[in-house]
Amino acid sequence: MFDIDLWREIVSALKKNRLRSFMTAFGVFWGIFMLVVMSGAGKALENGVLDGVRAFATNSAFFWTERTSIPHEGFQRGRRWNYETSDIDYIRENVKEVEYLSPRLFGDNQAGNNTIRGERAGAFNVYGDYPDYFKIDRWTPVKGRLINEIDMIQERKVCNIGERVVEVMFGKDEDPIGQYLKISGVYFQVVGVIHAETRINIGGGKKEETIIMPFSTMRKAYNYGNRVYFFSVTSKPGTKVSDLEEKLKKILKDRHKIAPEDEQAIGSFNIEKEFVKFNALFIGIQVLTWIVGIGTLLAGVIGVSNIMLVIIKERTQEIGIQRAIGATPGTIIKHIVAESVFLTVMAGYIGLSLGVGILEVLNQILLRGGDELFFRNPEINLTMGLSALAVLVVAGIIAGLIPAKRAVSIKPIDAIRDE
Amino acid sequence: MIKLNNIHKSYEMGNNSLHVLKGIDLTIEQGDFVSIMGSSGSGKSTLLNILGMLDNYDKGTYHLAGNLIANMSEKKAAQYRNDMVGFVFQSFNLISFKNAMENVALPLYYKGVPRKKRNQIALEYLEKLGLKEWASHMPNEMSGGQKQRVAIARALISQPKIILADEPTGALDTATSYEVMDILKEINEAGITVIIVTHEHDIAAMTRQIIRLKDGQIHEIIRNGELKQFQKEYVKELETV
Repeated sequence: MFDIDLWREIVSALKKNRLRSFMTAFGVFWGIFMLVVMSGAGKALENGVLDGVRAFATNSAFFWTERTSIPHEGFQRGRRWNYETSDIDYIRENVKEVEYLSPRLFGDNQAGNNTIRGERAGAFNVYGDYPDYFKIDRWTPVKGRLINEIDMIQERKVCNIGERVVEVMFGKDEDPIGQYLKISGVYFQVVGVIHAETRINIGGGKKEETIIMPFSTMRKAYNYGNRVYFFSVTSKPGTKVSDLEEKLKKILKDRHKIAPEDEQAIGSFNIEKEFVKFNALFIGIQVLTWIVGIGTLLAGVIGVSNIMLVIIKERTQEIGIQRAIGATPGTIIKHIVAESVFLTVMAGYIGLSLGVGILEVLNQILLRGGDELFFRNPEINLTMGLSALAVLVVAGIIAGLIPAKRAVSIKPIDAIRDE
Repeated sequence: MIKLNNIHKSYEMGNNSLHVLKGIDLTIEQGDFVSIMGSSGSGKSTLLNILGMLDNYDKGTYHLAGNLIANMSEKKAAQYRNDMVGFVFQSFNLISFKNAMENVALPLYYKGVPRKKRNQIALEYLEKLGLKEWASHMPNEMSGGQKQRVAIARALISQPKIILADEPTGALDTATSYEVMDILKEINEAGITVIIVTHEHDIAAMTRQIIRLKDGQIHEIIRNGELKQFQKEYVKELETV
């Protein structure tokens, strides 16, 4: 039922009363604009942080060793200890909840420039890892390939290097693949340049400055014996990694003669716990966004009803005249409500578009900022935008209906006399 | 045409009830030119409102063209108003943001007449009232007399049986008042019943029947012979002005 005459009337009434139309529209516009921008910003923060960890196995936990804090079985407190390769074998065989297990050795990382190639030298974080490590903390090969099982078995002197290592150790036009790096005195062939998919960082240092070699090669080349400095595990589906973490700690304490109540001796960390914290944080941000957004929207709606009330008061006489010359109350209400809805929808639509536009501009700026920003892809979902718009339409109807009913309840003659 | 029988009307003012009309019996024939006079508070405006179906009455009966007008819904009343009655007000009451033509065309909009057609009819009526060149002017660009003529054109456009005018000359100077009265006279001569409320004797003297209200009742009805006398009295007064 599209009544062109009705729309002509509405548009001309709004046009002829520019200021009040503008004021009404602005309240709504601002409400929805703020809602969009804020929720977009909240989403951007969430995206930024979650992008940094999304590729990380959320069911993973990490273990390292600390000095003991309680004397046990004849050992004094303050003892230094290490995991052993036998621990790894034991866990692999006996703990069925473990999906992947990747022990790690640290290279000579504190000794200044540990990597040399001709004239070039650099200090990098060198690790000896199992190929399974890439399944826990995802890396992608930019060039070449990742370290694999065969490298492990054959104890090949090969390595994967981060992007920063390429910058420092190679010229601009050089292809690092197949080249050799002297790492703490031993030559390794570069088989892949790797890019970290996550920004969760284990062991400190920048991920771009990482060199990863096969665990077995490192152990043999640098004489690590059966030591293991660090290991990562993931739990099988259906097992909570927190439970697995506790179980493994107990086993390890038992195997290394550490007091069961010693909380300090085993350092550990599980991503699940961090994710729960993150999620709580983002739910918090979202709730806050909604509360503030709905508050702003409500303020807009109240503004609209307020202005509508004033307008009706201002138009009492006009409405009286219209009724005296034959307008039915239905016509009057239809007009006022249609006017109000038209205004709110237009304003809401503009607010929505402009808000989305601002987010897009922000997005372009952020994209140039690179990977390091913890703020990316500001966006709002369509459902949210549309439901906000729906709220506005309903609000527009109510905002128009209440004053319209009031206007019609005044007798035409009183309305006309109202000066 | 109009038949009022013992009409009562009172207004609630807080706890007090104000009895404005106390039993009005009145018959107005088709084609009459009637003025209603009375001091303020005598109930003349209330009577006009009831005649124009802008207000309800409490007691009695009101027949308009043979139909009993009582307890009508607002919608029905609006339709009746649109079909039967044209209003002219003291303060013109044009819609300020519409030009003369649109103001005149408005009653037809409520009747659902298409835009082109109603604007064309509006122009015809403006022409009749000598305002064709002013069709696109806004009310605030026109003089009082012009505004009132636009208002009369608006009242006429729905081809009503009755024109109800509430102090149509109240805001106009004497010369313009007479122009407006001449127009109303012409309208009346075309067969439309014209009822005006006024407190100016000279204006009332130009009608063919004067109904005087006092304290909510009809005090006297002046017509024919007595009217001649009345007219003489006030025409003198006019000439001195």
